[in-house]
Amino acid sequence: MNGGQDLGGMQGFGPVRPEADEPPFHAPWERRAFGLTLAMGATGAWNLDTSRHARESIPPGEYLTSTYYEIWTKGVERLVVQTGLVAPEELRAGAALTPPAPVKRVLKAADVPAALARGGPCARAPAHPARFSAGDRVLTRIMNPRGHTRLPRYARGKTGTIELVHGVFVFPDANAHGAGEDPQWLYTVRFSGRDLWGEEADPTLVVSVDAWESYLEPA
Amino acid sequence: MGAHHHDDHDHHHHDHEGSDLSPVELRVRALESILVEKGYVDPAAIDVLIETYETRVGPRNGARVVARAWSDPAFRDRLLRDATAAIAELGFTGRQGEHMVAVENTADEHNMVVCTLCSCYPWPVLGLPPVWYKSAPYRSRAVIDPRGVLAEFGVDLPAATRIRVWDSTAEMRYLVIPLRPAGTEGFDEERLAGLVTRDSMIGTGLALAPEAVAS
Repeated sequence: MNGGQDLGGMQGFGPVRPEADEPPFHAPWERRAFGLTLAMGATGAWNLDTSRHARESIPPGEYLTSTYYEIWTKGVERLVVQTGLVAPEELRAGAALTPPAPVKRVLKAADVPAALARGGPCARAPAHPARFSAGDRVLTRIMNPRGHTRLPRYARGKTGTIELVHGVFVFPDANAHGAGEDPQWLYTVRFSGRDLWGEEADPTLVVSVDAWESYLEPA
Repeated sequence: MGAHHHDDHDHHHHDHEGSDLSPVELRVRALESILVEKGYVDPAAIDVLIETYETRVGPRNGARVVARAWSDPAFRDRLLRDATAAIAELGFTGRQGEHMVAVENTADEHNMVVCTLCSCYPWPVLGLPPVWYKSAPYRSRAVIDPRGVLAEFGVDLPAATRIRVWDSTAEMRYLVIPLRPAGTEGFDEERLAGLVTRDSMIGTGLALAPEAVAS
């Protein structure tokens, strides 16, 4: 979706402000928001793509004026309500008012190291050969789906070149919406800066995105 | 306005335990208490998750990978061919590093990594991303004005150096192998790792010159 998350090429946000010796968290509540988000993800009530979609569904004005862990917190709030794990009135009251719904699993402290080491690999076995190979010229689709996608606006309708063929991966546009994993070949597609941004672009610039096969047509 | 007056009034007379907390602190606290009460999360697991990324996983891991690549040509080749497997040789695996790609800077080309759509970042080798990496200024400009961004990090590359930006739009996670600084011949891996900054592995910095580090 063309939400507040799709920032590539926007202007006017001002300079990047690196912070010297930055700590991982800037306040105790950020720690809890981080841990809560991962722990709730471990219940299996949703997947990574669903959670990204929940965050990008925050209205753009609100998304852009929320801090990072505020966005994560709002994402979890949306997901627990969408999945029926928490009632909206419970969020308003700040207390549990109804019995819990079943979840697939609850992450225990002793299982955290193994769960993190396992991660969530998204590669799947190929069902058919890749349509494209390194060096092929491709055109990215022009599309504006209302749901989740990982093809940013700045890279739609652009001609580029396949650089890497990564294998077959879970397709977020389907997986975010309960439509199954629909695994597809994934490629790194490189574009010249001028093809993306016009004549004023840095002549040395090359930008790539990682694109699933259904985002691409032969050029 | 009436509601405002009421709120003020309310505030003065109900000095509950959270009254000195900000709205977001109250919000996160409320969410945690609901989820714990319903049995969906174990607060002790949250503690371990926090502790892991606050104390165990960080850019020193990535610095060891880069130092090994600088020191051991066979490892460098493995890293460029299959970064996930090569990095696993050093014990760095798992969440947000399941599918790694290493990209090597050369005298002619400088690599830089961004996630314009969210905050994708290789956790096992770099830890959690810094605020600037997740911020709108970086995510918006890294792909359209990378030299301007680099200037804000104090990095000024020759005009002829090509800039290669990797937008992490999928589950591939990118690690930049910075150029090995001059004057480091004979350094062991530990000494080399001391020159490898987090930003040099994102591509918004360069590895430190040996003079910059106390021996």
